[in-house]
Amino acid sequence: MDMTSIQGPLTGGAMIGMAAAGLLLLTGKTAGVSGALYGVVTGERGEFPWQFAFVLGLVLGGVMLGQFMPQALPASAGSSLPLLGLGGLLVGFGARLGGGCTSGHGVCGMGRLSRRSVVATCSFMAVAMATVFLVRISGGSLS
Amino acid sequence: MKAAAALAFGVLFAWGLGISGMSRPEVVLGFLDILGDWNPALMFVMGSAVPIYMAAWFARVGKRPLLGGPAPKGARHDLDGRMFAGAALFGVGWGLCGICPGPALTLLGRPSAGGLLFLACMLCGMLLYRVVDARRAGANPA
Repeated sequence: MDMTSIQGPLTGGAMIGMAAAGLLLLTGKTAGVSGALYGVVTGERGEFPWQFAFVLGLVLGGVMLGQFMPQALPASAGSSLPLLGLGGLLVGFGARLGGGCTSGHGVCGMGRLSRRSVVATCSFMAVAMATVFLVRISGGSLS
Repeated sequence: MKAAAALAFGVLFAWGLGISGMSRPEVVLGFLDILGDWNPALMFVMGSAVPIYMAAWFARVGKRPLLGGPAPKGARHDLDGRMFAGAALFGVGWGLCGICPGPALTLLGRPSAGGLLFLACMLCGMLLYRVVDARRAGANPA
């Protein structure tokens, strides 16, 4: 691993941290993507305006990436369609049942030193790593 | 004002995902493959995001946000089975595809059938949770 390979992660991570910190300082809200999306699709938590704007910003940012930095986005989502369908269901259901995802638990919760978020983050990372390992040794291909 | 701030920070967040590599499933899967051809670079995403958020959180803990409204609630430290079960299901889905909710949204910037399917199924998973949760609440009124 050379220095150039960690420049992107460090810079991008700092931008993610600043976005989450900025949202906290100005609005007091938690930059949890799954929570915001859930609020948008259910629309019943009284938080709709900021959640919709945050999700819209993420989509808009994605469109800008596609325009100005297309190499940041994959040409295809990688996995086979059945696997993407199953993965999407598990990610959506699991994030809500577990109360957060990589952003809410992994960045905001960890940053608050929340024991619940630290344990949740360690749990989903360990399970994700085990899943990748099991798929690989079972001869499955992810790409 | 709050919505405008959320929009701007959403855009910044998406660019962070793009620049860090989190928006590319194959990079995420390489990071999760610790027993294979492990690419640890994504550790530095959390490594720089978390301290920045932490500084903001502890500088303002218990204080009202600058644009008004109530102070955010304190950090949660309780653990329960729902959290563990949810984290486990989320982990399987993340490990299968290398896509978590933020990157599922940025994928729309370069639309593909697979990316759209993942996002649609992720939203269905959330709605399914809502149905299951409402049934559970109905069966055990608090």
